[in-house]
Amino acid sequence: MKRQVLLCLMLALSTGASFAKDWNEIRMASEGAYPPFNVTAADGSMRGFDIDIGNALCEELKAKCIWVKQEWDGMIPALISRKFDAIIASMSITDERKAKVDFTDRYYASPLALIAKKGSPLRPDVASLKGKKIGVQRGTVSDNYATKYWEGKGLEIVRYAKQDEAYLDLKSGRMDAAFADYLEAYGGFLSKPEGEGYDVAGERLFGKTAEEKAVIGEGIGIAVRKRDKELTDSLNKALAAIRANGKYEEIRKKYFPMDIYGN
Amino acid sequence: MELFDIQVITGNLPEFWRGLWVTLELTGLALLFGFVVAIPLAVMRLSKNPLVSMPVAAYTYFFRGTPMLVQLLLVYYGASQWQWMRDAWEAQHPLWSWFREPFFCALLTFGLNTCAYTVEILAGSMRNTPHGELEAAKAMGMSRLQSLRRIVIPAALRRMIPAYSNEVILMLQGSAIASAVTLVDLTGAARNVYSRHFAPFEAFAFAGLIYLVLTFVLVGLFKLAEHRWLAHLAPRKAQKAKEAQ
Repeated sequence: MKRQVLLCLMLALSTGASFAKDWNEIRMASEGAYPPFNVTAADGSMRGFDIDIGNALCEELKAKCIWVKQEWDGMIPALISRKFDAIIASMSITDERKAKVDFTDRYYASPLALIAKKGSPLRPDVASLKGKKIGVQRGTVSDNYATKYWEGKGLEIVRYAKQDEAYLDLKSGRMDAAFADYLEAYGGFLSKPEGEGYDVAGERLFGKTAEEKAVIGEGIGIAVRKRDKELTDSLNKALAAIRANGKYEEIRKKYFPMDIYGN
Repeated sequence: MELFDIQVITGNLPEFWRGLWVTLELTGLALLFGFVVAIPLAVMRLSKNPLVSMPVAAYTYFFRGTPMLVQLLLVYYGASQWQWMRDAWEAQHPLWSWFREPFFCALLTFGLNTCAYTVEILAGSMRNTPHGELEAAKAMGMSRLQSLRRIVIPAALRRMIPAYSNEVILMLQGSAIASAVTLVDLTGAARNVYSRHFAPFEAFAFAGLIYLVLTFVLVGLFKLAEHRWLAHLAPRKAQKAKEAQ
């Protein structure tokens, strides 16, 4: 009797494993601290644009999304070490990251922007930022850009583990400005009561030269392990499908009044 | 992916070096503050007057009963939550403006934290003063203050060395949480390097190695200190037996 139960159990487990290879289950990771793209709700689950897109893609692929919350710092190493199968956490597609993981096509695009008190004369260039303290989230595109073009040129770059913390210190007056992804800043700060009295300072940065473009990235994509090519392909197909059938626009309207795909 | 990319470390040595300094400064200054302040507080802690001993007991109870990370976040983000504090920063108030600096916030938290532990270590050591020594001091006509200064505190400071060495090492390692409030200490440097190169193993292994070396040096220094000041409590040496022959 015992042996039969064991056999059944083994059978069940082995079929479960073979289903996973067919991607009936996709373990999606996000950060849950990057509003409005991914935020942690009061009950601990994650919500937001990234999560909705992820769920729409899973639905399109007839797969089950299993959400994993992961600190931003360890995102890519955790993907490589198979803690989950895909990262949909507003991650910019950059050459540096492409060396480690594959990306799907972009699912939105966003410029970088300097966020400061309304009417602030600051602009996102070295001359204007001299002697100022600028907060960025560590390991993000804004961090890479600031490190590459501003570091050691008379301004202080302060790195935060979470974007929210940078806004907290901007509001308290510890920082002169935050440097972040424009859409994230719009949805996570400027459009909310906390962000009242703050605005984009100077122009938004899309990257003027090819070199700048390489730092800022070609948009925001879903990261997948290099060996899982077929998952990247199916996610791309699903992405094209939800763009075509209006599902994408439906989700976008929930969060943003303007186009964010960057046609 | 390579097994171990040494360039992640060699290419970022200056950052690690600056981080090491921040760690040493933070730990050193916090320990100095904690030690100096702990001596009068330990005396108060042992006072028979509850009005004197209770506030100190409450202080050590709070700081030993909550995680240092929680204390640090409370000081750093808690301070900036109030409008009057922000207004004080705006006006460059000479006292409150200190709370704007992450280094000060971390130093204050670490100092108060290690002080609380040191108070309890020292007070415990003072409680263990042999009665004979106190009676001898009394017999010599010393006042309470004199016997504290000449007998109780110096002897307690010697006896606390082994316990205190643990506190010093824990403080060094506890200082790693400074990176939670944007300070780039040794751990903060490792985090920066890690997120730049996606190489957690190299970055943290190197930082860990430096902590290990620092701890090793501290253990050695405390060994020397014990040899110097605790010799009278050391086990008898074989040399004595040789002399007897």
